[in-house]
Amino acid sequence: MTSIIIWTIAVTTILGLVLAAVLFLVARSFRVEEDPRIDEVEAVMPGANCGGCGYAGCRAFADAAVKAPNLDNHFCPVGGNETMAKVAAILGFEVKEKAPEVAVVRCNGSCSVRPKVNDYGGFASCRVKATLYSGDTGCAFGCLGCGDCVEACPFGALSMDPETGLPVVDEEKCTACGNCVKTCPKALIELRPKGPRGMRVWVSCRNKDKGPAAKKACGAACIGCGICEKTCRHGAITVTDNLAYIDAAKCKLCRECIAMCPTGAIHESGFPKPLDREATKARILERQKKEREEAAAAAKAAEEAAAKAAAPKTTEDK
Amino acid sequence: MAKRSFSIGGVHPHDNKISRQCSIEPMPVPPTVYISVAQHIGAPAVPVVKPGDKVKAGQVIAEPGGFVSAFIHSSVSGTVKSVGPRKDLAGNNATTIEITVEGDEWLEGIDTSDTVITDIPDDNKAILDKIRQGGVVGLGGATFPTHVKLSPPPGSKCERLIINGCECEPYLTSDFRTLLEKGEQVVIGAAIIKQVLGDVPCTIGIEENKPEAIVHILDVIEKLEAISPKFSGIDVMPLKMRYPQGGEKQLIDAVMHRQVKSGGLPIHVGAVVQNVATALAVYDAVLKNKPIVDNSVTVTGHCFPHQANLLVRVGTPLSAIIDYLGGMPEDAVKVISGGPMMGRAVANLDAATLKGTSALLFLTAAETVRKPESACIRCGKCADACPMGLEPFLLNKLSRLGLTEELEANAAQDCIECGCCLYSCPANIPLLDVIRLGKADVMKAIRARAAAEKAAAEAAKNK
Amino acid sequence: MSNLLVSPSPHIHSKDSTQSLMLDVVIALLPAVVLSIVFYGWREAVVLGTSVAACVAFEYLITRYLLKRPSTIADMSAIVTGILLGMNLPFSTPWWVVIIGALIAIGVAKMTFGGLGQNPFNPALVGRVFLLVSFPTVMTTWMAPKSLFGVDAITGATPLSAVNEMLVTHPGTDIRTLTSGYSYSDLLFMNLGGSAGELCAAALLIGFIYLVCRKVIKPWITLSIFVTVALTSLIFWGINPARFTDPLFNLLSGGLILGACFMATDYVTSPMSVKGGIIFGVGIGFLTMMIRYFGSYPEGVSFAILIMNAFVPLINRWCKQKKFGRA
Repeated sequence: MTSIIIWTIAVTTILGLVLAAVLFLVARSFRVEEDPRIDEVEAVMPGANCGGCGYAGCRAFADAAVKAPNLDNHFCPVGGNETMAKVAAILGFEVKEKAPEVAVVRCNGSCSVRPKVNDYGGFASCRVKATLYSGDTGCAFGCLGCGDCVEACPFGALSMDPETGLPVVDEEKCTACGNCVKTCPKALIELRPKGPRGMRVWVSCRNKDKGPAAKKACGAACIGCGICEKTCRHGAITVTDNLAYIDAAKCKLCRECIAMCPTGAIHESGFPKPLDREATKARILERQKKEREEAAAAAKAAEEAAAKAAAPKTTEDK
Repeated sequence: MAKRSFSIGGVHPHDNKISRQCSIEPMPVPPTVYISVAQHIGAPAVPVVKPGDKVKAGQVIAEPGGFVSAFIHSSVSGTVKSVGPRKDLAGNNATTIEITVEGDEWLEGIDTSDTVITDIPDDNKAILDKIRQGGVVGLGGATFPTHVKLSPPPGSKCERLIINGCECEPYLTSDFRTLLEKGEQVVIGAAIIKQVLGDVPCTIGIEENKPEAIVHILDVIEKLEAISPKFSGIDVMPLKMRYPQGGEKQLIDAVMHRQVKSGGLPIHVGAVVQNVATALAVYDAVLKNKPIVDNSVTVTGHCFPHQANLLVRVGTPLSAIIDYLGGMPEDAVKVISGGPMMGRAVANLDAATLKGTSALLFLTAAETVRKPESACIRCGKCADACPMGLEPFLLNKLSRLGLTEELEANAAQDCIECGCCLYSCPANIPLLDVIRLGKADVMKAIRARAAAEKAAAEAAKNK
Repeated sequence: MSNLLVSPSPHIHSKDSTQSLMLDVVIALLPAVVLSIVFYGWREAVVLGTSVAACVAFEYLITRYLLKRPSTIADMSAIVTGILLGMNLPFSTPWWVVIIGALIAIGVAKMTFGGLGQNPFNPALVGRVFLLVSFPTVMTTWMAPKSLFGVDAITGATPLSAVNEMLVTHPGTDIRTLTSGYSYSDLLFMNLGGSAGELCAAALLIGFIYLVCRKVIKPWITLSIFVTVALTSLIFWGINPARFTDPLFNLLSGGLILGACFMATDYVTSPMSVKGGIIFGVGIGFLTMMIRYFGSYPEGVSFAILIMNAFVPLINRWCKQKKFGRA
């Protein structure tokens, strides 16, 4: 009996040792030499493997960052400046601070303003829908409402609002990885700078149809009227193809465009005080009237000056 | 004798050819036509008319926008009202020429009579040019410019011309009626194409559910053979009824027992396939100087009161056709441009017909609304039905997971989107919807790879 | 006019649905079910009824209250599992044993893997084998049918178990002395003792032919099982007819026909391609015969099918259909 126990223990021990030796040798001979800094960089990454940086995952990013000559083309939107500072410290690079960004949805054609003209009966996917037709409403540019973006978001920052039928971005959760931007077949989602204290203004529409057609399809569409362009004193708004766009770099967050927009296509976020549309509008109209008068006066003065300048000339000629 | 058919997969939907007795009748010209410049595969044509211009029927109003592109002709006489974006049948904007109809005046030199001309000119170059000038495109569904298809790339040789008279899609009867009523013209058109391809033998493939057409075409061939040796070497092959027999690759397999390699073209196995309607259009363009300005459209559906095969001018609004035939049926929920297996659902009835519009099909909710999806029971019916020998259940899974490489390894790019998998799935899984997405991803990856290879090769050359 | 419906092609659908396919299987099983009730009487009806009711109830309860998903009982797959399980049990099985079998079949073999379509093993067979190892006495106490609704608990043995027993208790006996007691027509039309599924081979074959004609199943798996069983037993029987039973006896006895026609052809747990199906069938046939000849259990079909079920993913991987235009 005892001998059986001893034998069993002996055999298992020897077997264990032999296998451990084999494993050790195999592990050594098949070992891949890697830059140890890859592991270090990976350790400071967020580990979401979202692909927002353009690489397949955090390790792929770390690998690329270690091999890169500088970090100009490498940025982890999820970890942001904090993570990049750590990465730069490990690799001995300098890193440029980047303004934090957030996803915004550029469609506000909710169910109430965008009448449905078609029903969809296939696989619930915006991509399928987009290849098939322009969408359930008369607007060929707006949100298709199947929530591909919600599915694409690895952080759960997007959700469909059942009331409006449009996606909503949870600013707290959004890391600006850009997966939703790539997914949306209508290119409705844009990464915009978060803005000071989260304040930002953007045109929530992508409709490039002419005014009447856009208006017919959706009550909240940008009709390309150009009022915002004229109102903006900072040259931040341009209208191309019947669609306004606000350059975030130039926008001073005065919200005058919001007050003036006839369809409410310009949206704001993060402002502590709600905008008093009527008062602002009145103020702007007053200012514009004054400007017009001043301009008219200036023009008149210039004309007179020109006339005066011309008058002596003619006399001289005589 | 067992009739021939393709070798893998296929389904047998009820053929529902309820409009087979309706002869082709011309529809009155509508007051306004809307002619799109994107009626073919390839670059859209470039408009050469402007608002206010007077045009005659058959006059060129848009010129090819590239090598793979086609002429567009006015289908009516009248005044150009506008040139600009208009919503197509999918609701997307397409450049469209709007013409207000005034009378029905044709451009000089166009023979609109019914006289059958049997004199085929000998100059192949002139024939090809006429086909190009006539704006002829493949009317079997793909609308690929015909003159391009008839100029095989160097190094490849055509061994057989196949005229596709299968019309395997349920409901459609316009090709059948064309074979019956314009059989001579179709055979002459086939003889023209055959001559251009280097006097190759020609087979007209017709499914056995159209026995009248088979008998009639055999008759016509016999008569024409007596007139000129140019009509010899054309035969009719009856085929077993099975969908998708009219798919180009399937038809070549059925007729020639050759399989086009994955990613290859029919010409690589020595075949050129043209549709019956295309053969007719070639005849019109070459011998009658008549470009494609009208085409026959089957208007049908069990809920539709007036079955018809209409000869419709290109650019006729769908709503005008529906009104002409008594209005939209109450219980129709879906209008399809084309057949029920591969046709496109119409989102906008104000859109106008294109050269390739072969049918308007009205389906009720009971006929078309999809049942809710349930779990896959791994019955393998989709794999049995797939005419390309793919495994739709697997592609569906891979596509949902976004595994593009795996999809390519399992040949998602070979999918011809015939719809057999979704048709046969007892669990109502939207197989094809999902596979299309995966296929698009694979095609994108393949194109990206080809572009990268080309760039690398060029870089190596420049070094 | 209402909004136009837009969806991707195809716009029409075949009439097949999961439900209609399962209904066809139920219809195909009906002749055997009716016959077994006629022969075994009300107790058989109780076993079958309990089994079906328990399977459906378990599926409903598990989907609704455990998984919190919409119930899937409408697809009728639980009914098929219930009938098959019931047909695998002796009519003398107590009701609570049947319920345990149903719980294992639906709860363990089917729902733990995610429900219909996900289970690697045939649920009814898992239930049956579980009962076989847990309640061997109940499961092997067969009663010979006597007359319509007049059955008494006459303990008998199925032909296969009789042979097996004989070989265990009296090694070296010529089994021909035993098998000569069963005529082939008895085996084909009315078996002598056994479960409902072993009772009448002809009724089962009628159901099988119905399924093949309706294109619900392809015949290749079943046929390859039959051929393999016949060939394997032919070889052994040819070598030593005193030790090994003959091919026809093996084809007609036990649960082979039920297993080959209805259990091995289960969509979920069988290979999809024809080639794969034949490999699968050959495996089942061979394993069945090995267990029958050399195993300690008299019957090997259930084990053989379950073992081959495990190979299905591999077979599916190896046996791909030939793709168009790819040599």
